[in-house]
Amino acid sequence: MPNPVEQTDVRRYAPGPDMTGGLGLWISRFTHRNARYIFPAPAFLVVALIIVYPVIYTGWMSLQEWFASSLTVPKFIGVANYQKILTADPRFQHAFFLTLWFTVVAVSAETALGLGMALLFNREFWGRGLVRTLSILPMMATPTAIALVFVMMYHPTLGVMNYLVSLIGLPLLKWTYSSASALYALALVDVWEWTPLIMLISLAGLAALPKEPYESARIDGASAFQCFYLITLPLLRPTLVVAILFRAIDALKTFDIIFVMTQGGPANSSETINILLFNQAFSYFNMGYASSMAVALFAIVMGASLILMKVRRVGW
Amino acid sequence: MVDRQTKALLWKVAFYTAVIVVMLPTVFVFYWMITLSLKPQVDATAYPPHFFWFSVTFKGYLDVFAKNPFLLYTWNSLVVASGCTLLAMIVGLPCAYSIAQWRQRGLALAILVARIVPGISYLIPWYILFRNLRMVDTYQALILTHLVVGLPIVIWVMIGFFEDIPSELREAAMIDGCTDYGAFWRVAVPLVKPGVVATGILSFIFSWNNFLFSVILAGRNTRTLPIAVFNMIGYEEINWGPLAAAATMITLPVVILTLIIQRHIVTGLTFGAVKG
Repeated sequence: MPNPVEQTDVRRYAPGPDMTGGLGLWISRFTHRNARYIFPAPAFLVVALIIVYPVIYTGWMSLQEWFASSLTVPKFIGVANYQKILTADPRFQHAFFLTLWFTVVAVSAETALGLGMALLFNREFWGRGLVRTLSILPMMATPTAIALVFVMMYHPTLGVMNYLVSLIGLPLLKWTYSSASALYALALVDVWEWTPLIMLISLAGLAALPKEPYESARIDGASAFQCFYLITLPLLRPTLVVAILFRAIDALKTFDIIFVMTQGGPANSSETINILLFNQAFSYFNMGYASSMAVALFAIVMGASLILMKVRRVGW
Repeated sequence: MVDRQTKALLWKVAFYTAVIVVMLPTVFVFYWMITLSLKPQVDATAYPPHFFWFSVTFKGYLDVFAKNPFLLYTWNSLVVASGCTLLAMIVGLPCAYSIAQWRQRGLALAILVARIVPGISYLIPWYILFRNLRMVDTYQALILTHLVVGLPIVIWVMIGFFEDIPSELREAAMIDGCTDYGAFWRVAVPLVKPGVVATGILSFIFSWNNFLFSVILAGRNTRTLPIAVFNMIGYEEINWGPLAAAATMITLPVVILTLIIQRHIVTGLTFGAVKG
């Protein structure tokens, strides 16, 4: 609906391709009338160049067989790459499973811990501001640097983690140095980095909850647990789903910490799709096959997002 | 039966103990990074680890600069992150204004998709493109590709700031003879300056932290800090002082910048979905 101001605009600059004022005036009229397209135009161009073009290119490349290291030209092979990842490549299936498992483990731990912390911090207390500030730091600190610190902390004989583990009487672990525990050790780094995000989002959600349900529940004699389970959790669900959505999207794409700490090892035990695809593309230069994996990874991330967005609407 | 005052005190002690226990891991990792960087080799690899008592040395820091062109890497990171942020602002601010002003939902959604697409799926085409243009190992390639993280952040966070401007202000400006461009530049942008600072810093941090794009597209001359530190791992397996020193030096600017804009971090990380 045009507002009065826009109407005066239209009167001032008569519509139609009126060239009477010469080219300069015509350009000035054109830019005034089309401001809403000119403002986003530069961003549109940049997005087309660095986002849309690569995505289309990847889709097209996924239908080819091409080694960038050789001098041969790409060969069109249809959906053969997809057939291979779906049916004939156990390594991809393994990576697919690891990617999902990493995400499930990390995000569920982050959700449980983050929600618990939010409930703990959801009150006025001395030092609340400090807690908030400290919580932000792990999310923003350079992942490469954090991964490096964890590499040193996870060292099986000299690392501080094993010392701390021995203090509470648990058996020593091999962390990222054993194929049995590498994925969990990496998930722990992710949990350390990102639990605060779920905590802060939940805290914002808790602050926005209405007070009345709690008052009437208290009058009806509900316990603290009943209040949490029957009031807080359902009311907080939309917020939590947003938090989980953001985390799941990023956890599925985790690259930095895995690449820095294990490069997919030991014995492929932490080789997620991202790592496998990176090696296919930039160690073997198998560009066509790697592109089909990129499309598959995108489909997985999109699928997860859609499922979570649906959960937001449906009841528990 | 304890009286009410003791009960309140006990509750307070329990509460603060819980707060400290919960926050301990967060603090400890940073504490460990900094102390490791200051420990001589004997203390760094001591087992059981020395938590509080160790001799302090700056040898780790000196080693980092002696064995690597660390200043060059820092400069590279600065150039790329600043370039990316500047470009993201120039291109992103008008776009965010336009989305907020004319409710261009479709455009906003398209940019959100860029946030969802895995970064690695851009990397193959970029690598091929920049290799053909002989642009691997140039600042231009790095700045352009880092826009993929910087631009969506700038646009999405700034939409929120522009939407908060009352529309009467724009109308008043236009009655006074401002064009859309004047209303944007003279009225809207000055009003959202705090937002511009916050999103600028966010975009800077994300570019500074970026590993995936730089590891492929940066070469010997443009290597950024995260890549430089990653390359140090293999050769200095057990020489922890310099590693921790390098990690501390990369993280320090990020921590300072984060503290400046801490109110906006959650908004930025959730693309404006959650107001921190």
